[in-house]
Amino acid sequence: MDLNIDFGYLISLIPDLLPFIPLTLFLAIVTMVIAVVLGMGIALVLRSGLPVLTHLAFTYVSFFRAIPSLVQLFLIYYGLPQIFPALSGMTAIAAAILGLSLKQAAYLAEIFRAALGSVDKGQMEACLSVGMTRVQAFRRVILPQAIRNAIPATGNQFIGLIKETSLAFTLGVVELFAQGRILAASSLRFFETYLALALLYWAMIIIYTFIQQAIEKKIERPYQS
Amino acid sequence: MITVKNLKKRFGDNVVLDGINLEVKEGEVLAIIGPSGSGKSTLLRCLNLLEKPDEGELIIGDKQLDVHKMSSKKIYQLRQQTAMVFQHYNLFKNKTALENVTEALIIAKKIKKPEAEKIAMKILNQVGLEDKVHQYPVTLSGGQQQRVGIARALAVNPYAILFDEPTSALDPEWVSEVLQVIKKIAEQNSTMIIVTHEMQFAEEVADRVIFMADGNIVEENTPKEIFHNPQSPRTKQFLRRVGSGEEDV
Ligand SMILES: Nc1ncnc2c1ncn2[C@@H]1O[C@H](COP(=O)(O)OP(=O)(O)OP(=O)(O)O)[C@@H](O)[C@H]1O
Ligand SMILES: [Mg+2]
Repeated sequence: MDLNIDFGYLISLIPDLLPFIPLTLFLAIVTMVIAVVLGMGIALVLRSGLPVLTHLAFTYVSFFRAIPSLVQLFLIYYGLPQIFPALSGMTAIAAAILGLSLKQAAYLAEIFRAALGSVDKGQMEACLSVGMTRVQAFRRVILPQAIRNAIPATGNQFIGLIKETSLAFTLGVVELFAQGRILAASSLRFFETYLALALLYWAMIIIYTFIQQAIEKKIERPYQS
Repeated sequence: MITVKNLKKRFGDNVVLDGINLEVKEGEVLAIIGPSGSGKSTLLRCLNLLEKPDEGELIIGDKQLDVHKMSSKKIYQLRQQTAMVFQHYNLFKNKTALENVTEALIIAKKIKKPEAEKIAMKILNQVGLEDKVHQYPVTLSGGQQQRVGIARALAVNPYAILFDEPTSALDPEWVSEVLQVIKKIAEQNSTMIIVTHEMQFAEEVADRVIFMADGNIVEENTPKEIFHNPQSPRTKQFLRRVGSGEEDV
């Protein structure tokens, strides 16, 4: 049987695809930064017990975790400008970042809430008892310990997000996946092209995993006997 | 002077402090003993305002707080008058022994880091930990952790130090080193309130002992009187049970 895989062609595709990795990473990183800030805000509200706000935060998490990413991107990019004409100037990249961050924030809020919740209550009490304010305690003692708790799950979310950025192609953003499709369509060498794409995503995730391990190692230092 | 007037605290229907009145003079060491659940920890936690009292008035040094006129500023000010040593140490897990002690100095008291470290080193030296200052809590024994906890409380130079069963979570082998450190501090004329199950220690270190039961102060006297000539039947019964049975000598 002739498998008819042209590895030479596969390798020759890499230089054509590499220039699109920065945009993919840009989408993932900007989305993540927004989502971390938003997710932390929501997590704090969820823990605050404030009557109306907590309910809103809970609804937010429930909604954005439930709808498919694709529906959400279309809702934002094609739907919102219909209701708010001022938004018709929104670029596809902005829409993709907005959509993905709103969703990502919902997941992160749950992760952060659990991470904050599993910091021993005695830590806050110790801070207060030596005259620190709640804000000081949060910044200096609670948050660093919560970050440690949150890193593994947050890292998984980020890996998921790198892959989800490929959905941006549906809005016409030419990121890594979209470029792959373009190349495949012109060469009709689907297998080689998509395999090249798969390998590139894999490489990105491997590199990120290394980075995360280094971060974890640093963060874990105080807790290792 | 610490003055507690008619302090009340309940959790739901459970009345835990039933109108406590108490005075502690400056430089006095007060020990609180009593059965489990009698409200000893809650009393300390109310003094440190980790628990909000329902009723009463607290005066610690020159700061006063009426429970019905609490503001977060007043809570903060009164809380700064005391520092707590916890049963389970509660050291900041993400910080070294030295950082545990300097943290409040730098962050709350706004003392410059080199100066804070100088103060901390001096106190860690006092509690015998000068060679452990750069270690993280997980690498310290229970006794060492508790000594850091004591150093942390001492460092902020509070009007009074509150100890909540400082040795009851320790393996027996570490108890005496911690008790020694507390004794040393007591001798330096610090105002201290110590909740403890170590009767012999209470007798040695305290100027005065309070026996609590069911949210009330049942008996209050010098250690000698409480331990060797208790008046209340409840005190007698308690002392018999904890095996400090000298009351019937
Ligand atoms: N946060 C809380 N919520 C509800 N009930 C509480 C809380 N803290 C303490 N209690 C109750 O208050 C009572 C007194 O508790 P406290 O911890 O003050 O007793 P204690 O004298 O320190 O006992 P021990 O010697 O076991 O430490 C107990 O019945 C306890 O169950
Ligand atoms: Mg207790």
